[in-house]
Amino acid sequence: MANTVATTHPEVAHHAHDEHVVLPQHRHHFETEEQQREAGSFGMWLFLLTEIMFFGGLFFAYLLYRNWYYPAFAVASNQLNVPEGAINTAVLISSGFCMALGVWAAEVKKKGFLVLMLVLTTFFGLVFLGIKADEYHEKYEKHHIPGASFSTAMFTHPADFGIKEEPIAPDMAEHTQLFFFLYFAMTGMHAFHMVLGIGILFWLTWRAHKGEFSEGYVAPIENFGLYWHFVDIVWLFLFPLLYLINRHPLH
Amino acid sequence: MHISPVLWQFLVKWLHASALFPAEASTIAPWMDALYFFLLAMTVLGVILVGALLAAFSIMYRKEKNPVATHIEGSTLLEATWTIIPLAIFLVCFVWGALLYFRIYNPPVNAMNIYVVGKQWMWKAEHPGGQHEINALHVPTGKPVQLTMISQDVFHSFSIPDFRVKREVIPGRYSTVWFEATTPGTYHIFCTQYCGTQHSGMIGEVTVLTPDDYEKWTKESTSGMSLAQNGERLFASMGCNSCHSGTAAARGPNLAGVYGSKLTLTSGSQVLVNDAYLRDAILNPSQHVTAGFAPIMPTYQGQISEDGLIDLVEFIKTMPNNYRVQQTLMTSQSDQTAPAASGMVK
Amino acid sequence: MSTATILHLPNQATATIPKKNYITAEHGLLSWLLTGDHKRIAMLYLISITFFFFIGGAFAGLIRLELLTPQPDLVSSDTYNKFFTMHGIIMIFLFLVPSVPATLGNFLIPVMLGAKDLAFPKINLLSWYLYMTAGVVVLTSLVMGGVDTGWTFTTPLSTHYLNTNVMTTAVGVFIAGFSSIFTGLNFIVTIHRMRAPGMTWFRMPLFVWSNYAASILMVLGTPVLAIALVLVALERTLGIGVFDPTKGGDPLLFQHLFWFYSHPAVYIMILPGMGVISEVISTFSRKRVFGYTAVAFSSVAIALFGFFVWAHHMFIMGVSNYSALVFSLLTMLVAVPSAIKIFNWAFTLQKGSLTFETPMLYAFGFMGLFTIGGLTGVFLGSLGMDIHLTETYFIVAHFHFVMVGGMLMAFLAGVHFWWPKMTGRMYPEGLSKLAAVVTFIGFNLTFLPQFILGYLGMPRRYHAYPQEFQVLNVLSTAGATVLGVGYMLPMIYLAWSLKYGAIAGNNPWQATGLEWQIQSPPLTENFPITPIMDHEAYDYEWLAHKMEQEGNDVG
Repeated sequence: MANTVATTHPEVAHHAHDEHVVLPQHRHHFETEEQQREAGSFGMWLFLLTEIMFFGGLFFAYLLYRNWYYPAFAVASNQLNVPEGAINTAVLISSGFCMALGVWAAEVKKKGFLVLMLVLTTFFGLVFLGIKADEYHEKYEKHHIPGASFSTAMFTHPADFGIKEEPIAPDMAEHTQLFFFLYFAMTGMHAFHMVLGIGILFWLTWRAHKGEFSEGYVAPIENFGLYWHFVDIVWLFLFPLLYLINRHPLH
Repeated sequence: MHISPVLWQFLVKWLHASALFPAEASTIAPWMDALYFFLLAMTVLGVILVGALLAAFSIMYRKEKNPVATHIEGSTLLEATWTIIPLAIFLVCFVWGALLYFRIYNPPVNAMNIYVVGKQWMWKAEHPGGQHEINALHVPTGKPVQLTMISQDVFHSFSIPDFRVKREVIPGRYSTVWFEATTPGTYHIFCTQYCGTQHSGMIGEVTVLTPDDYEKWTKESTSGMSLAQNGERLFASMGCNSCHSGTAAARGPNLAGVYGSKLTLTSGSQVLVNDAYLRDAILNPSQHVTAGFAPIMPTYQGQISEDGLIDLVEFIKTMPNNYRVQQTLMTSQSDQTAPAASGMVK
Repeated sequence: MSTATILHLPNQATATIPKKNYITAEHGLLSWLLTGDHKRIAMLYLISITFFFFIGGAFAGLIRLELLTPQPDLVSSDTYNKFFTMHGIIMIFLFLVPSVPATLGNFLIPVMLGAKDLAFPKINLLSWYLYMTAGVVVLTSLVMGGVDTGWTFTTPLSTHYLNTNVMTTAVGVFIAGFSSIFTGLNFIVTIHRMRAPGMTWFRMPLFVWSNYAASILMVLGTPVLAIALVLVALERTLGIGVFDPTKGGDPLLFQHLFWFYSHPAVYIMILPGMGVISEVISTFSRKRVFGYTAVAFSSVAIALFGFFVWAHHMFIMGVSNYSALVFSLLTMLVAVPSAIKIFNWAFTLQKGSLTFETPMLYAFGFMGLFTIGGLTGVFLGSLGMDIHLTETYFIVAHFHFVMVGGMLMAFLAGVHFWWPKMTGRMYPEGLSKLAAVVTFIGFNLTFLPQFILGYLGMPRRYHAYPQEFQVLNVLSTAGATVLGVGYMLPMIYLAWSLKYGAIAGNNPWQATGLEWQIQSPPLTENFPITPIMDHEAYDYEWLAHKMEQEGNDVG
């Protein structure tokens, strides 16, 4: 990364090292570039562990309330758009695939291919967010955004809306609001992480274009790849838990 | 207790007189105090031990006396000793404490029930016979009393230090605690869970009376209807009658005798019908549908207060009995156990 | 107390602070505010946490002042509730959690390992900025009128029944949490990846082991606090009902999420302090810590077990009887490693050569007070006993014994012990001993009466109390005054020492440990050449041999 922090030594000498040429991005508190790379990778894994704990709280709340209010969760989940969710899943997997190819490209020093992969990763990420925005909009129109405008009408009187579901009792229908709250909280938190990731992708793409990652310095690409894959995996859990609670393929 | 009762009484009374120790005013208090003295002894011994080691070593091995230190890596024997002995002592604390806990939170079968509703910032006690108290509680000696408690708003905690009992009072579900008072007198009631501005004002007094005085008090302080009578009124005014009419073709199950019984729900599961079940069934009926009935009961969430729910629960509890007779003669002995026969309610 | 001392200063007539060190390496405010040097960041933290300590302490003083009389006569109830809330939030999140790790840990861990810096210096700086941001946000909340939820943010009170600055404060605590997470992350990676050649895990000082264990807790536990606060914020703004029973939510869910972090948090707070005690006891006994391996493993055991006991804060809240049993049993198990450590430290003294400089006095204070605090924790872990004692002043006394009598004493021990290394100057020993004794006396007078009050039944967070509790409360307030004096003194003489203290030299305590083999204050890069660790930790023979070879060490 560009060194903006004041240090005591100018970025001058390269000491002789056994095998590797010292990269210009070598930080002086590391003995070897190897050490720097491993430390960075380890740090990113640890950070992802904290993210698991963070999302874990939401998953725990989901577990609890789905267990208590299964009927409400089931009918509410059926109001989510499975095709859009499935497409989004495919989009994210593609995005992850492109990212993995990008990491490879950096390692084999193919600058052009790296930039292309980063651009594609970003593109797919944006597609995902776009589809998500459409889904959120649909929720808004159906009055399924928790809060003052929330309506349980679709669950207590589904026939009025042409929905082929059994109606559920009003007190159980109230709990669909909990489902949608968790839906927005979990996918929203996920989307927030994606937005941050896309921001970083823009930055990395620009730097890749300048050639920073095709001379052997691959740590930022690798570590970002880890982060991106993690965000991907979170979605892979969210999709079935939120969208597929009660789906019957033969209906 | 097992140590000389004279010594015990002397110790506790002397400490209490010095305002250093609470009174022992319930049957469970001496048990609690025994565990406390054990833990205290453990702590004092532990501190003395550590202090003695520090002092002894400081004197014996101070630099003037021992200018050269001896390298010692460790001692597996010592490690084992000071792992196993503390563990053993702590496990004793665990077992003793667990037994005490189960004792305090599992009421005896014949406990008389008093409802307590906590709200910011007062305690409302409701006796089945209809006596209502605010920030006060009158109980007799020699009889186990169970408090069934719920909060109307935030977390509170009902505590009577001199009885050594305390339980969180939670919104949305009943919590219970029981005690048997031994000594007439007045004792503090505190709210011990921070609940907002007047948390320290949410205090009251338990007045413990001899059984005779308690009889007198119940008769003198009946403020109109008993809880069950109020519940009967609510049962009609909220329209429960229309489905739970007790007739064969009724849309809702007959509630007479249901309290204390085991009920099969439409989901196939079996539940014990207690206070909490009844309250939940009124608020979340769709999860509590009796087998053989349709899930058509509306929810009363938001339409009825915790006091009202208590009244209804009391009414359902006493449905097959002639509760009016019971109330005027024997309010202090309203029973927990369910009546055996179920009958038609007129 | 003996008059012998281990202190070995260079000839004051000729000694000087080394011209080139991390403080003089660069000049100007920006060189400090944009530094990557872990030592400078540690100093930044030291100044900031001291600042917040005194604010938190001021609130403590106000609380004790009000409690002199049984009536609620000094301030209104709402204001009083804000006092104890702000006292708790500031002391826990802005003082205790970062205290040893962010100051001493930041400064020493790279040096103790033979490294030039932590793994991620920029993230280290980011941690400090996050901490400062959190502090500013909390101060903002204070200025805007404060918050009165209690530091525990109990729902539904905090979500539906208060209209004070809950959101602002929650944001502040959330940010502070990330500061903590990044510090822990940095430590873990550094300890795993940046040890000097020959520095195996079991040659590391025990200070590093303790901070490692605390870092695991920071990294795994703090995110759960973060999500709990996010849910509180969402509940407050959107009113969904995730914690609201009238909407099907469960207020106990918040309790579980909150205490899942907040119990490990107490081990985050105490473990680094225990690390300090290991170093101090060893140095002032001239001996390797007794049972090094046992102490190292105990630290990790405390961290691991610490994750599984959270519901002991909820025994009377309606958790099932059987889960209460499990949590009580685990609580008893987590108490054992702490006992092991106390005995190991005590036996380090045996056959040692003891001197009683200020750090050692604080360490002794720690041993006694932590023993009391820890054992009173066993009272609370014992289910039946907890029924009577929970939510009373017994709890307040218990946690102040471990946090203040334990952790704060350990922090002061560490600050005094490493002061010469960090600043190049010695503090005045006579005055510091006085402060240590005054603190110890003041502390006991403040908090011992509170155990008695707790058993009597006086609830915590009470603005007014029954008359019969007054005498004990007055004693407690008197103690607090003495304690306050005890804490002011170090502020004064430590600041004084920066200009007028004796020059310390490399190794005034004649301690082992890599940090004592380099100059005081250290160079920015710590070591001119990478050290090679060829001896065990606490090897006083190696030290004696080395000092013979080198002759006098000059400042």
